[in-house]
Amino acid sequence: MTTIVARDTIRAPQRAGDRIFSTATVVAGSLILAVLAAVAAFLLVQSLPAFVATPADFKGDAANFWAYVWPLAFGTLWSALLALLIAIPLAIGIALFISHYAPRKLAQGLGYIIDLLAAVPSVVFGLWGIGVLAPLLQPFYTSLVEWFGWIPLFAGPVSGTGRTILTVSIVLAVMVLPIITAICREIFLQTPVLYEEASLALGATRWEMIAMAVLPFGRSGIISASMLGLGRALGETMAVAMVLSPSPQVIFALLTSQNPTTIAANIALNFPEAHGTGVNILLATGLVLFVITLAVNMVARVIINRRKAFSGAN
Amino acid sequence: MSKRIEVNDLNVYYSKFLAVEGVSLTIEPRTVTALIGPSGCGKSTFLRTLNRMHEVIPGAYVKGEVLIDGNNLYGPGVDPVLVRRQVGMVFQRPNPFPTMSIGDNVLAGVKLNNRRMAKSDADDLIEKSLRGANLWNEVKDRLDKPGSSLSGGQQQRLCIARAIAVQPDVILMDEPCSALDPISTLAIEDLIEEMKADYTIVIVTHNMQQASRVSDRTGFFNIAGTGKPGRLIEYSDTTTIFSNPSIQATEDYVSGRFG
Repeated sequence: MTTIVARDTIRAPQRAGDRIFSTATVVAGSLILAVLAAVAAFLLVQSLPAFVATPADFKGDAANFWAYVWPLAFGTLWSALLALLIAIPLAIGIALFISHYAPRKLAQGLGYIIDLLAAVPSVVFGLWGIGVLAPLLQPFYTSLVEWFGWIPLFAGPVSGTGRTILTVSIVLAVMVLPIITAICREIFLQTPVLYEEASLALGATRWEMIAMAVLPFGRSGIISASMLGLGRALGETMAVAMVLSPSPQVIFALLTSQNPTTIAANIALNFPEAHGTGVNILLATGLVLFVITLAVNMVARVIINRRKAFSGAN
Repeated sequence: MSKRIEVNDLNVYYSKFLAVEGVSLTIEPRTVTALIGPSGCGKSTFLRTLNRMHEVIPGAYVKGEVLIDGNNLYGPGVDPVLVRRQVGMVFQRPNPFPTMSIGDNVLAGVKLNNRRMAKSDADDLIEKSLRGANLWNEVKDRLDKPGSSLSGGQQQRLCIARAIAVQPDVILMDEPCSALDPISTLAIEDLIEEMKADYTIVIVTHNMQQASRVSDRTGFFNIAGTGKPGRLIEYSDTTTIFSNPSIQATEDYVSGRFG
């Protein structure tokens, strides 16, 4: 009986086009996993000697790998966090202006300019940070320390060059701004007219309509956009390496000449003269950056999923 | 709460295009007025001018006046935002905010005016509005679930609850049942009948049985041809429109001999 049933099971006809397409997507999907696995394996294997390295192998006075990597990891997260704090509100504001406030012609032009910003190489941003931004901000930093020095974040002594972690964060913010803005703009434009009209018909002003319909609807998109921006900020190398003269410590003060550096910048600065275990140590810090990025993305995913039923996707 | 609407020689334009021409009518308080007519004849456009929702479309503007209890909606210095708090609207497709719970959906409009609302007041208003929309018994146990978890008919009644929660004078309905099944449609029609006691209701519908079932007065809109403006052809008691219309075009339309 069962054999008859099995034989009679109707199978959908297989079309060549379907098969080619599904194979292509499977290959593409597997490829990204394979590349990621290869990078992770390379980092892991190369990092192993770093975990057992002796104090003599480390640049500076770190006793072991964790003591070495901790200030770098801190600097990476700290600068990226500051950059996002500056960039996200600005990006949402620009995106809302383009999607809901600006006249259509101006909005298009502005959109192109923002996208153009994404194409500027990071070396240029680094040079801009050193040459323009740092000198420009230095007097401002001086008065900030003078007036608000009692807040630990703005504690002195102020850096004479303006090349501080705050300057770096501003440079990073400018660098991540285009990607966050571009995605937010697209998300905001996708808000169904249905919901915008619903709030307007209730007597909402333009801003209330945005707060009621556009922003909640775009919430997961804003988070995803911020994560892409964060990815760039965490991994940014040249701009940080050029602007900061690093001192490997955990320092929260934003305006002094003592600044923590980031993992990526540290690798870029030290790789040319590293040898033996030194290379392994640098690669191990790269592995830490890899893990941090992964963890941050997973947290973002959890945040998006937590209110999935209210996302508007159903 | 309900108020008289008086429309005097209203023209609606989309940029240079005249979409609706020369509409004049009076809608009495506590009545249901149905607007019928073929697609594209300007009924929805006209409906939207009663709470200035047409202004959402870039380039749309009107000439003429709409008086609600004597106050011109298009007078100088009148804020469209305040007009819309007075004249609520229910749309063709149910549109409860998917990002809000059922309870928050009901309060959405109220919270615009009154941000700090005591929890008990808010709960009372939710219950009152949902009861007013005949939805309370179906959703009272899941007020914290998303609005999008309801069926289409329930969502539409939630939208009605949301509209009446702000206690408007007039409620406009733009084909509120066209996306619903017959049972849900019946539920909405019963609701309209009950709401008539408190509100002035104007409803656009493609369903002539619906117009004859729910309305007291009916307006028939028509266009002479593509690119021509829509006009109010005949406006009279619903029984007159459906049994003994005075204009041939109306009779052709309601008897199905149109076009």
